[in-house]
Amino acid sequence: MNRFTRSLAIALLAGIPVLASAQTTQPAAKAAAQSSQPKSSSHTRTAGDARTTGDARTTGTATPSVPRSWKQVPIPALHPFQPQEPRRIELSNGLVIFLQEDHELPLINGVLRIRGGSRDEPAAKTGMNDIYAEVWRTGGTTSKTGDQLDDFLESRAATVETFPSQDSSFVSWSSLKGDFDRVFPVITDLLEHPEFRQDKLNLAKKQMASGISRRNDDVEDITHRETNKLAYGADSPYARTPEYSTVAAITREDLLDWHRRTVVPNNMILGVSGDFDSAAMEHKLREAFSALAKGQAFAPAKIAVRDPAPGIYFIEKSDVNQSSINMVEMGTDRHNPDYSAINVMNQLFGGGFSSRLFSSIRTRLGLAYSVGGGVGTAFDHPGIVEIGMGTQSANTAKAIDALNREIERITKGGVTAAELKTAKDGMLNSYIFEFDSKDKVMAERIRYEFYGYPPDFLERYRAGIEKVTAADVDRVAKKYLHPEKMAVLVVGHAQDFDRQLSTLGKVTSVDIAIPQAVGP
Amino acid sequence: MRNHNAVLFALRSFSLVPLVLLLAIAASSQDVKSFEKRIAVKKLPNGLTLLVMERPEAPVISFYTHVDAGSVQEGPGTTGLAHMFEHMAFKGTQEIGTTNYLAEKHALEKVEVAYAAYQKENLKDVGRDPAKAAQLEKAWKDAMDAANQFVVPNEFGEIVESQGGAGLNANTDLDETAYYYSFPENRLELWAYLESERFLQPVMREFYKERDVVMEERRLRTDSAPQGRLMENFLAAAYMAHPYGRPVVGWPSDLQSFSATDAIHFFHKYYVPSSITIAIVGDVRISHAMPLLEKYFGRIPAAPAPDPLPTQEPPQQSLREVVMHDQSQPVYMEGYHRGSFRDPDDAVFDVLSDLLSKGRTSRLYRSLVRDKQIAIGAQGGGYPGIKYPFLFLFSAFPAKGHTAREMAGPIHEEIERLKKEDVSDEELESVKTRAKADLIRSLGDNSGLALQLGLYQAMYGDWRELFHQIAHIDAVTKADIRRVAAKTFTEDNRTVGIIETGPPVEAAPPGENKQAEKGAQQ
Repeated sequence: MNRFTRSLAIALLAGIPVLASAQTTQPAAKAAAQSSQPKSSSHTRTAGDARTTGDARTTGTATPSVPRSWKQVPIPALHPFQPQEPRRIELSNGLVIFLQEDHELPLINGVLRIRGGSRDEPAAKTGMNDIYAEVWRTGGTTSKTGDQLDDFLESRAATVETFPSQDSSFVSWSSLKGDFDRVFPVITDLLEHPEFRQDKLNLAKKQMASGISRRNDDVEDITHRETNKLAYGADSPYARTPEYSTVAAITREDLLDWHRRTVVPNNMILGVSGDFDSAAMEHKLREAFSALAKGQAFAPAKIAVRDPAPGIYFIEKSDVNQSSINMVEMGTDRHNPDYSAINVMNQLFGGGFSSRLFSSIRTRLGLAYSVGGGVGTAFDHPGIVEIGMGTQSANTAKAIDALNREIERITKGGVTAAELKTAKDGMLNSYIFEFDSKDKVMAERIRYEFYGYPPDFLERYRAGIEKVTAADVDRVAKKYLHPEKMAVLVVGHAQDFDRQLSTLGKVTSVDIAIPQAVGP
Repeated sequence: MRNHNAVLFALRSFSLVPLVLLLAIAASSQDVKSFEKRIAVKKLPNGLTLLVMERPEAPVISFYTHVDAGSVQEGPGTTGLAHMFEHMAFKGTQEIGTTNYLAEKHALEKVEVAYAAYQKENLKDVGRDPAKAAQLEKAWKDAMDAANQFVVPNEFGEIVESQGGAGLNANTDLDETAYYYSFPENRLELWAYLESERFLQPVMREFYKERDVVMEERRLRTDSAPQGRLMENFLAAAYMAHPYGRPVVGWPSDLQSFSATDAIHFFHKYYVPSSITIAIVGDVRISHAMPLLEKYFGRIPAAPAPDPLPTQEPPQQSLREVVMHDQSQPVYMEGYHRGSFRDPDDAVFDVLSDLLSKGRTSRLYRSLVRDKQIAIGAQGGGYPGIKYPFLFLFSAFPAKGHTAREMAGPIHEEIERLKKEDVSDEELESVKTRAKADLIRSLGDNSGLALQLGLYQAMYGDWRELFHQIAHIDAVTKADIRRVAAKTFTEDNRTVGIIETGPPVEAAPPGENKQAEKGAQQ
């Protein structure tokens, strides 16, 4: 509390110009400014006094213009900005290419997105797409082993990596501009002549088995995995996990088949960004890809979703003193006309510092460090409603009660104009960060191309947010959040809980023991 | 709001050191020149340093405030206080976060008086009167309720967010505390107002509830995470004297004991302008921004710099080992004391770390992961800080069916190779090339640039060191690598940390203090 006086004294002793706080200086400076004229004109005071007055003004030259409230800080118009759109090229074989010139740094980066991911693999071989994406790169090409590729690329500080996802495989690369012509052939070689060498397949399978053995070590891993299983069903392609037996079943032939099936130009979107001339790059890419023969369009697996069965789902973990709680039900997708309203609701309910969950559960009750959630939305299938937190074991039931209260409160309506304004202002004012780099603009375009969304989807979303009313938020909260239908996942140490979970509803114990491999 | 220290272990980089490595290199002097045209640095009369970089790629600006105060500054009984203050820096000011500051100030003073009275009784070793303690506790809680009437919760964060702030956060480390976010460029002055007010007149409102939040952070990252538990125990073994052996998040008993008065004292002592470096990067003009920033940040009163930390870790004299029997798959680590980031051999360690850990050509990957197939990942790098002598830490995650102890042999083989054989020309060249490219890759992003430039300006007193480090790495010779490996990687200088998979334990996990009311004495 005495900071200002103490510092002031030190500053004076040290002969440093007095720069005190706004609180003490502002009125003083104001007074000095108001009184200085009459003082200096009507009283011929000593030079010392005059200097004092003068000094106060000099040191205060900065302070009088410091606003007294954040509300008085001027906010000028934002600089006009037209994000640079990437150039879109479609080859006759169906390959779609985006080129985004960016001359800031001497780098060229690329990403190739290929339709077909883990949701499309057979259940008995769960994990295949992950293994495929690993061994595609480590297994090398017909003419070069993966190790040789490592040596070649790393000595040039270049990277070529392949990685999996739910609905795609990716190849990404990055090189210094001057190395592009040496690095790029690695990409085409991998596309056209992958070898999937058996030794690297064996290594990848062994690594994945090790990953399985570690999957119950960490509470956050367990919560994430079991949340998906509750929401989509344990056997759903969106939730199932590799097991020792499914990994053991994966063969080199599976990877070759998968490659033949997915890696065709009409299933791929390529984005290249960096320090190049678009015309010259287009020429190179046409030369590299035009000869690829069109293949069969990839038909994604048809996956049914259903709501989880309500109730409490409990996983015992005896080495923790904090429970991880996650309330789960089915969400929606981004084609939904409610998408903008849902996001406004998410923001004010469980988004940032100003959200209801943060203010109530964390700040007011001190029950959690990590708390948040909302209605999840995916591009081409329903996302998950997740509302979760971590709290000490002895507050587990109390925390679930607190979350339930907040969910019930928002579903009953009554979102205030102030809450709505805070959420919308935040989303609209930070909208610029969706496209403040050339890479982000291109990545956004690739996503929309991949999922068949209009290229101006982001702008439509923004316009949608502007129109959202408090009644819209009340409506979507009621429509998408159903406390009575939620599955409540609790991972924790039951003997330390404040109340038995059965006081909250029907409890189902979830067995997360890892099924051991069968056979030799 | 994150504690930077605790969970980084797993498969991510260690603290700041890989950063130093990444940034370490660079480009030719031309790059420094091109940056010099766009960067201005000014040290204000109060000692605060401002750095502004023009990067008008898009109408946004990123801000980074570096405070040269971390958990090494804490004393016994107040571990976790630096991190606690970081949380409090989101609680607002005398204007923001309150309905009536004068009344609130009075109420907060009463809270402190009541808490001190409660603690005095509660922490008595002898003659503690439970009834009196309970009564005093109630008085303290009533005082908090009274003070809370005036609070507008999270108004500071709400203003930043509603004005378009992105990535609002902060972190505390052993060495330092950093605060950062980004705004659309037209909110430059608003940021200057908010950030300067935050360090001009912070208010310790809701302190004791926030302590509970931080306890939950500790439970999340340390108590309930096997690797968090291992790291806390490992560091406590590796350091006998220096505060690098203490957890950033704090010991539970301290966290449940220190007061808002302690926090504000910490603030007064360590958040002096000469310990603050602010970097902003984005769509700004130096000629406009610098006077504006000076106007706001020049208001912070000058104060003497805190005394330097005198404690030095004595040379380690024997092997130390921490073995935890935990419900987790095995983990292995071993650390060796090395010099600080100012050590003349710092760049040699950067090269060592890259050689051992970077990519699929790295020595540890090729030996433990690819060839022997006993680990799913293995690496070596710096931990847990850089400002004071720290550790070169090897770590490995055993593959299924392999034990933690099996990792030691192959790691030591790689160490012996480094001591006995020169690295090849190709390997050394490759490391130097990668360092240069990695620097370039790190320069294309406002928030990354603000962090790096701010950090280098604060640590070295000159942001150009970010670029100059390439020369240091280029100067590293094969003989340097052998010499430094031989000097550092000795058995007496080694601390080993292990998780061995044990049966489920029914006892309460370490770290939990079930009798919180008795606080530190239990």
